[in-house]
Amino acid sequence: MTAAHALGRLTDDQRAIRDAVRTLARERVAPRAAEIDRTAEFPEDLRVLLAEQGILGLPFPERFGGLGADLLTVCLAIEALSAACATTGLILAVQELGSLPLLLAGTEEQLARFVPGLASGSDLIAFALTEADAGSDAAAVRTRAVRDGETYLLTGEKRFISQGSVASLVTVFAVTDPDADRYGRISAFVLETGSPGFSVTRLEHKMGIRGSPTAELAFDEVRVPAANRLGAEGDGFRLAMRTLDRSRPGIAAQAVGIAQGALDAAAAYAGQRRQFGKAIGEFQLVQGMLADMDARTEAARQLLYTACEEIERGAPDAGRWSALCKLVAGDAAMAVTTDAVQVLGGYGYLEDFPVERMMRDAKITQLYEGTQQIQRLVIARALLASER
Amino acid sequence: MRIVVLLKPVPDPGEERLGADGRLDRSVSPVINGNDEYVLEAALKLVEAGGGEITLLSMAPAGVTDPIRKALAMGATRAVLVSDPALAGACTWTTVQVLAAALRTLEFDLVVAGIDTSDGGGGVVAAGIATLLELPYLSNARRIEPFEGGVRVERLSPAGHDLLEASLPAIVSGTQLLGEPRYPSLRGIMGARSKEIAVRTLADIGLADRPVGGAHATTAMLDARPPASRGSTRVVRDLEPAAAAAAIVDFLVERRAL
Repeated sequence: MTAAHALGRLTDDQRAIRDAVRTLARERVAPRAAEIDRTAEFPEDLRVLLAEQGILGLPFPERFGGLGADLLTVCLAIEALSAACATTGLILAVQELGSLPLLLAGTEEQLARFVPGLASGSDLIAFALTEADAGSDAAAVRTRAVRDGETYLLTGEKRFISQGSVASLVTVFAVTDPDADRYGRISAFVLETGSPGFSVTRLEHKMGIRGSPTAELAFDEVRVPAANRLGAEGDGFRLAMRTLDRSRPGIAAQAVGIAQGALDAAAAYAGQRRQFGKAIGEFQLVQGMLADMDARTEAARQLLYTACEEIERGAPDAGRWSALCKLVAGDAAMAVTTDAVQVLGGYGYLEDFPVERMMRDAKITQLYEGTQQIQRLVIARALLASER
Repeated sequence: MRIVVLLKPVPDPGEERLGADGRLDRSVSPVINGNDEYVLEAALKLVEAGGGEITLLSMAPAGVTDPIRKALAMGATRAVLVSDPALAGACTWTTVQVLAAALRTLEFDLVVAGIDTSDGGGGVVAAGIATLLELPYLSNARRIEPFEGGVRVERLSPAGHDLLEASLPAIVSGTQLLGEPRYPSLRGIMGARSKEIAVRTLADIGLADRPVGGAHATTAMLDARPPASRGSTRVVRDLEPAAAAAAIVDFLVERRAL
């Protein structure tokens, strides 16, 4: 029932990839979604599936075994997966997020060393910026990286790290110069999780995206080669912000997917469920909800696709587009999933139906990769800067 | 091994529609015939294990290429599509002659085909081709493996299976016991765009002046009609199992059947 969405603006390749991922999502991912949520176990089987099908290779250059897809294509895949299972869509979104600092700032040697494993999907990579006391205020991170010859010694803790316990690589942001200004204190490193001194100290119990392990990581003088530093010393914060400018559409795509999944479930239910002698979809109050859900979802989708195109073409206000699409899509997902539960009534509140899970999953899209409040700050600052 | 897979685009089962002329409307969501997808998978495994290439051979209206493109994305090397306006309304005998003539223009060691098709169901095309080309025919395969200079097939039988061997070239018709077909990978999908689908007319395969095609059908369709409606049937689909069960219970409760 979603076949007709936005055909006009997509290329043949984008449409073919979206349709293929959608088929896979419907046939292989959707049947696993409830169990992944209930057991809160990382779906290793689906990681393998995404790797085998080349889906995890989408964001990576072809010369290193990837598919060299543009941002919109990556988002189409995240959207299609998330319509079935937000946790599974997040596997690709996090793979992209964790890799972006490497793709944006990595040398040819670093790319050659790390990207083939990431593109084949045999390696997962996490993005470790957030700390217990440095969330929205990301520049306040305290993890230290102290130069020691040809290596750095990393010491500190990271929190809320998606897939931190299943990744073999982690992009870590750490303070290299405590005396520099807020934006020049930090550098980025690719850390191999097998390194001595690295440990996963806790996994969070969460409301949604329960199959995606959210880890607390500890670094106890973990030795990282200087050759693993991305960009120059002190470039880390700017690199993190450039990464988020490009990664937030992935979360918007996850949100649009969740919203579409909930809308599809609600529309199917409204056509089947009979009360007062007819399908509840024949009642105008229900029709109104479904129409509003569709309008919100489609509006978010079109904004997302536009944002992807703007960011891909190097728009100077890429950060604004990125924040706009995540803000609108995250709010759409929350509203649409809430209404989907309403359309299903009491049944919607049961775990026998997918919409309560989708409602719980939707909430995270308003929180991570910058809260909705942070998105508004990014947008407003872009507006005010352009007025000066 | 050079393998030709006979691949028929068919309307998505359950979505079939009769056109105004009483014939099946072949433009309705065409997919790869189910059994053919399974023999294609078996062929892909043979080639992956022992090398070689796979040519798809189809007879279909010119516009029906999506299923062929999907089969190329799954890993077939190239495709030959015999397409000619004169073939509209072709009978099974024409199909046999056309595919046999097309095979004469191709180099192959093995031809594989699904045991039957979801839209026709005759199940005789592969046998007919084997007869015309005078090739060994091994039917109802649940397993296909190479064997020095030949092919070995486990043929499904009421008692279990028969073990058959034949020299090459040969024709094998296969069942869904061959194993689940793969999903095309994204790389396969991108790569399939540049693979060749060679379109051949009846003239191209040397049948221009032969009595084949709709005008020469050996069987005539006198009437076609959809099955009679069974009253106010409601089909529950597009719901997850728990939701579908609840919808059925609602239905029964509403009629006081529960």
